[in-house]
Amino acid sequence: MRASADFSTEQGADGATTLVFSGPMTVSALGFIDQRLRALEGPFAAIDLSHASRIDTVGAWTAWSLSQRLGAPITGASPEAERLIAAISAVDDNTSPVAGHRLPLLLRVPDHVGQVVSGLGQGMLLVLGFLGQIVLASGTLLRHPGRFRLRALVHQMELMGVNALAIIGLMSFLVGIVIAQQGAVQLRQFGAEIYTVNLVGRLSLRELGILMTAIMVAGRSGSAFAAQLGTMKLTEEIDAMRTIGVSPIEALVIPRLLATMLMMPLLGIYSAAIGIIGGAALSALTLGIPFFTFLARIQEVVPLHDVWVGLIKGPVFGLIVATSGCFQGLQVKSDAEEVGTRTTAAVVMAIFMVIVLDAFFAVFFSEVGWG
Amino acid sequence: MSEDGLLTACAVPPPPGSEADQFPIRVRGLKNAFGDHVIHENLDLDVRRGEILGVVGGSGTGKSVLMRSIIGLQIPEAGSIEVLGSPITDARDDDDIDIRCRWGILFQGGALFSTLTVAENVEVPLREFYPEITDALRHEIARYKVLLSGLPAEATGKYPSELSGGMKKRAGLARALALDPELLFLDEPTAGLDPIGAAAFDQLIRSLQQTLGLTVFLITHDLDTLYEICDRVAVIADKRVIAVGTIPELIATDHPWIKSYFNGPRGRAALAASERSDALGIGAGAANKHSGALGTAGDQA
Repeated sequence: MRASADFSTEQGADGATTLVFSGPMTVSALGFIDQRLRALEGPFAAIDLSHASRIDTVGAWTAWSLSQRLGAPITGASPEAERLIAAISAVDDNTSPVAGHRLPLLLRVPDHVGQVVSGLGQGMLLVLGFLGQIVLASGTLLRHPGRFRLRALVHQMELMGVNALAIIGLMSFLVGIVIAQQGAVQLRQFGAEIYTVNLVGRLSLRELGILMTAIMVAGRSGSAFAAQLGTMKLTEEIDAMRTIGVSPIEALVIPRLLATMLMMPLLGIYSAAIGIIGGAALSALTLGIPFFTFLARIQEVVPLHDVWVGLIKGPVFGLIVATSGCFQGLQVKSDAEEVGTRTTAAVVMAIFMVIVLDAFFAVFFSEVGWG
Repeated sequence: MSEDGLLTACAVPPPPGSEADQFPIRVRGLKNAFGDHVIHENLDLDVRRGEILGVVGGSGTGKSVLMRSIIGLQIPEAGSIEVLGSPITDARDDDDIDIRCRWGILFQGGALFSTLTVAENVEVPLREFYPEITDALRHEIARYKVLLSGLPAEATGKYPSELSGGMKKRAGLARALALDPELLFLDEPTAGLDPIGAAAFDQLIRSLQQTLGLTVFLITHDLDTLYEICDRVAVIADKRVIAVGTIPELIATDHPWIKSYFNGPRGRAALAASERSDALGIGAGAANKHSGALGTAGDQA
């Protein structure tokens, strides 16, 4: 149990009132009486500290600010208390407010909205600038192919591509099963269960394979790019690179971008293949379509241009995911929290853009006759 | 939850005159190792109440590891550590270390919470240990601690990323002092500061130590700091504390590392500087007068 500080008022013989502190005047004891002290109204002839058992800077501050407010002198202070009061009153005259406390709620909301809106416009310009930097750096690399970092590219391809095979495979297999199962339930009503093959094959190759892969890569690698580059920005590694003459765009962004653009179509095709296997496995088990018959039907019912549609979308989605990850990472300026918000922004921006573009692609390809 | 319903309990100080009161930090037979790499072996150290103990040693001798062991961040392989009468090494988890409200720690880079302003940083320990303190009082405490650490009042509203290295150290010091601790741990407080800033920081530590009656455990590479403000110096070498004493006592020993440390060109320069400042009436011997003579010290050094 902590001892509490206390105070009382004493009427002197001459009618003057004295404020008398008792108990420990320390940080652990003063919190309980602070509110009552602030409500005190003078006038007091003196503030008596002679009954205080211990004192620290919080006690010294309390006594001193009280004596300033009430205009009463401090009496009975021990040498220790006097020393502390002198030290504090020398630095703090109690006039400057504690700066930086937040705006009131009514102002904070419009303030925040305004910041977000102006940030959006600036963000668009910054993205354009970033894309420009990438184009410039690509041009430099084309003229000086020796500066291209092949090892970094291979390393990134392993990190974002090869290491993702297991999780993307599992996800695609399950998605394939779900499509086949749900499709079969609906198609059975027309007695057209055999069309499950068309459904699984075309959907996997055209849409779901590459879309699910892009979402998974955005979550796995887009976020990693943003967090990595953001942390490197905070620890001044990127500044160090610049001063050595290494362009961060060339050394960090281009390998990640290229790795993602190269691996994305491969992962997309892999995902579609596993999805078809999942669908075939379910059909073999519940629809009575033998596994290899299912695969043979796929060849007949899926037009070749479906494969092209998936393959064309791959590098584009890869570009979006890697650009938004690297861009957001390089925008980090101040602190650890920003790394978190930028990483979130990278993933959200990437997935949103991927889905928007996928809708455009769907319309575009059916217009050009690849429906 | 403790009996008085507070989330975080705070230990009662040991009775005056007891061993724990005399020696706030006692380390016995400490052994630290990372895998096969042994850092400390059979290390003993006592820190006396009210002194500034400087800890020196070559890079990689485990000065920071020793500090981390004492404050409970590093679990030693063997040995016992007692801080303010409480055993640190037997603590089963963080909650058992209830003396955390009685020490303050300044990490090397300041280790400020980057999403909080300077004032909010100082308020964190206050909120944690003394939730009953009113907002108004807490803001006032934060402000005078920041001012006491030598920062201007405008700095209270700034974020750590807006501060220079020296200001971060001062803000870190303000947070370390937030609870009026008895024990202050400083990890290389003057590293990375310019000589004038470092001298001013030394004097700040000295004056705070004297005003607040602190015991200070100070890791440093800065010979000027050793000469100016340390009462005693502990030397770590050969995996243990090979000597503790005042600098003249240390120079009198014939350990080769200590000799080359204090008799090297930097050691001699620092000694000369400290003799000059002693003649001017500042430095460890007469630190009470430090504030008036601060500017002179900077010019002379």
